[in-house]
Amino acid sequence: MSMITELGHFALILAFMVAVVQMIVPMVGAQKRWSGWMAVAEPAANAQFLLTAFSFAALTWAFVTSDFSLRLVVLNSHSAKPMLYKISGTWGNHEGSMLLWVLIVTLFGAMAAWFGGNLPPGLRARVLSVQSAIAVAFFAFILFTSNPFLRMAVPPFDGQDLNPLLQDPGLAFHPPFLYLGYVGLSMSFSFAVAALIEGRVDAAWGRWVRPWTLAAWVFLTIGIALGSWWAYYELGWGGFWFWDPVENASFMPWLLAAALLHSAIVVEKREALKSWTILLAILAFGFSLIGTFIVRSGLLTSVHAFANDPERGVFILIILAFFTGGALTLFAARAQEMEAKGVFGIVSRESALVVNNILLAVSCFVVFFGTMWPIVAEMFFDRKLSVGPPFFNAAFTPFMVLLGLALPIGSMLPWKRGRLGRTAWSLRYAFVLSVSLALLVWAMQTGQSTLGPAGLFLGAWVVSGAVMDLWSRTGRKGRLARLARLPRADWGKAVAHAGLGITIFAVAGLTAWEKEDIRVVQFNEPFEVGGYTLTLEMVERVPGPNYISTMGFVRLEDDGREIALLRPEKRDYPVARMPTTEAAIDYRLMRDVYVVIGDQQNNGGWTVRTYIKPFANWIWGGCILMALGGFISLSDRRFRVAAGARKAPQGGVPAE
Amino acid sequence: MTRMLVLCAALLACLLAPLSAMAVEPDEVLDDPVLEQRARDLSQGLRCLVCRNESIDESNADLARDLRLLVRERLVAGDSNDEAIEFIVDRYGEYVLLKPTVTGANWLLWAAGPIMLLIAAGVGMLYLRGRSQAAPTPEEKLSDSEQARLKEILDD
Repeated sequence: MSMITELGHFALILAFMVAVVQMIVPMVGAQKRWSGWMAVAEPAANAQFLLTAFSFAALTWAFVTSDFSLRLVVLNSHSAKPMLYKISGTWGNHEGSMLLWVLIVTLFGAMAAWFGGNLPPGLRARVLSVQSAIAVAFFAFILFTSNPFLRMAVPPFDGQDLNPLLQDPGLAFHPPFLYLGYVGLSMSFSFAVAALIEGRVDAAWGRWVRPWTLAAWVFLTIGIALGSWWAYYELGWGGFWFWDPVENASFMPWLLAAALLHSAIVVEKREALKSWTILLAILAFGFSLIGTFIVRSGLLTSVHAFANDPERGVFILIILAFFTGGALTLFAARAQEMEAKGVFGIVSRESALVVNNILLAVSCFVVFFGTMWPIVAEMFFDRKLSVGPPFFNAAFTPFMVLLGLALPIGSMLPWKRGRLGRTAWSLRYAFVLSVSLALLVWAMQTGQSTLGPAGLFLGAWVVSGAVMDLWSRTGRKGRLARLARLPRADWGKAVAHAGLGITIFAVAGLTAWEKEDIRVVQFNEPFEVGGYTLTLEMVERVPGPNYISTMGFVRLEDDGREIALLRPEKRDYPVARMPTTEAAIDYRLMRDVYVVIGDQQNNGGWTVRTYIKPFANWIWGGCILMALGGFISLSDRRFRVAAGARKAPQGGVPAE
Repeated sequence: MTRMLVLCAALLACLLAPLSAMAVEPDEVLDDPVLEQRARDLSQGLRCLVCRNESIDESNADLARDLRLLVRERLVAGDSNDEAIEFIVDRYGEYVLLKPTVTGANWLLWAAGPIMLLIAAGVGMLYLRGRSQAAPTPEEKLSDSEQARLKEILDD
């Protein structure tokens, strides 16, 4: 057992060495045009990945078998913990999560080797070399500051348990997806740096870099949505986004990745926006590193307590400075060589994508500025202040409103040269539908804020715009048959855009129409919230695997008919000495009923909080659609061709 | 430095404090629903000083409760929203405000987005005008090997 951990440690060191070789040899080979040296990259990428995977598996094994000779396992696990959380405990801590991070770096490197069959050999060697340089930095970081394989001199009898808040299915899978996203952007970065070294960016480059960016963006979307969903049901008041520095750290790369995958379209189709796209690729990964830095350094106080260690922070700051600084220097030296080719009018799809990029990049800048401002203000102006949700809501939302307004028109403008009037006219039904819906709801809700109807208008406008976009591509005859034959990229685009519209609407709707009720409740005394009748029937102490629960039984009735029995809990984790609340949620299409149980009062009653959360599910439903749209787009034939999948000819091409 | 230490200690206390009591308690709620709503709105803009980035409305720390009660006390005493906030800022400093005021250097924070948007729009417009007036570059001919590769891909 303990042999396996030693081997894991050894594999990690070996992977580090392979990474050093892969960083140097193929790059020299590419510069000197020595094909033998370039060819080192592929086997090295595979070896690096396999070694790191073995190392990670060894650490997971230590967690699964509760090997308390490992310091990390002692600090973050307990023998009574359920198996799922023993496994997820592997990355529920600083050291293990960094190992997962570097595992994904090597996975992407290996994937570039597997699918990079039709990349020019020079570009492939350089991409793999740059990717390996990133891996080298993080291997060094792990081995020198955050080694997960450190031993205990005297192994204790049992562990100290994982933070109970992290013992949750939603949060078990939140970090892996987030890292797939963060690290996926390292691929775009490697492609950008390799292209800068080569001094050549063309349509083919745009086509190669886009699937990686798209995949990274999809994973980031899923990771962020999982985190937000977790916050919604776990933290006990149904908040889903707090503009916390750590949330912002994942949101900024998401915004830039969204910008990047749009600007790469312009590179691919029109050979324009080249240097900007390269810059975005560098910045997007730069923000991933900044995110890591923010989380690990404890620079900004946050609800996500992780390893707050200045020494580690400095190390990551050096990595960040080296990679972004180096890439930006290279960019400054080489960007002039990227000559744009495509010519297009002021009103065109290209221009619309420029508008998209401006809005996404500036909104990212606003989030960044707001996140960093407390530090800037303290250092330079001697003011200790906070920048919280009210600022971000006010400063960020206008950009999303503009983006939503422009999206349907921009996504339907023709390439090269278009007419605004004509495109707008083709969206007239979508516009009329959205305005009517908003007016209807505004009339129904009498006297409440205009946020709800405005959100509904914007959401409906984006969704119906996406539908019109698809419909307009079907020509005049045999529309449904043609709809089915449209390229998957078109479907992916429409689905992802519709998802954004749904999320926009849901955020506005939930914020505008939420109801809250806080009261002390006696047993079997019904009370009403938002048209529902709730009755607290009893409260029981229920033991769990590694916690003790205080569980309330709340009957939920609608029009005298019982629709659910809700069991809100308070859990006490004796080992970690930390209580958590487990809200009971009745999930429905149009609204959630969200019940939380509090303390027992002196008069024998219990504090009960009830929230009616309209359209809550739609927030994550929209995110799922965005991710799904990305996946559909990824499966488009163009990318399969670009990824080098060579298939045997499948008979004749069907006549159009 | 001592302030920093106090803050760290308070932060630690908050981390270890039980999470069982949740945010606004029933006994805090004012009878007048209009006044209560005002108190809730104000609470959402005030930071729990010992917590990591939570408003006093969401926090369950004792200090947050004290602040919530203080806000309500001021409102019941007839303070306007601004007066109540001013009262609290006088005692706890502007660190307590989650929405920074537009004073002094803070205007930079508030103006950063709009200014950046203007700059980006200007640069974007220049770029687009350049693109729309540029002479189209002649299509580069593919080399023979590139032609062959293209054919291979398209035939795939």
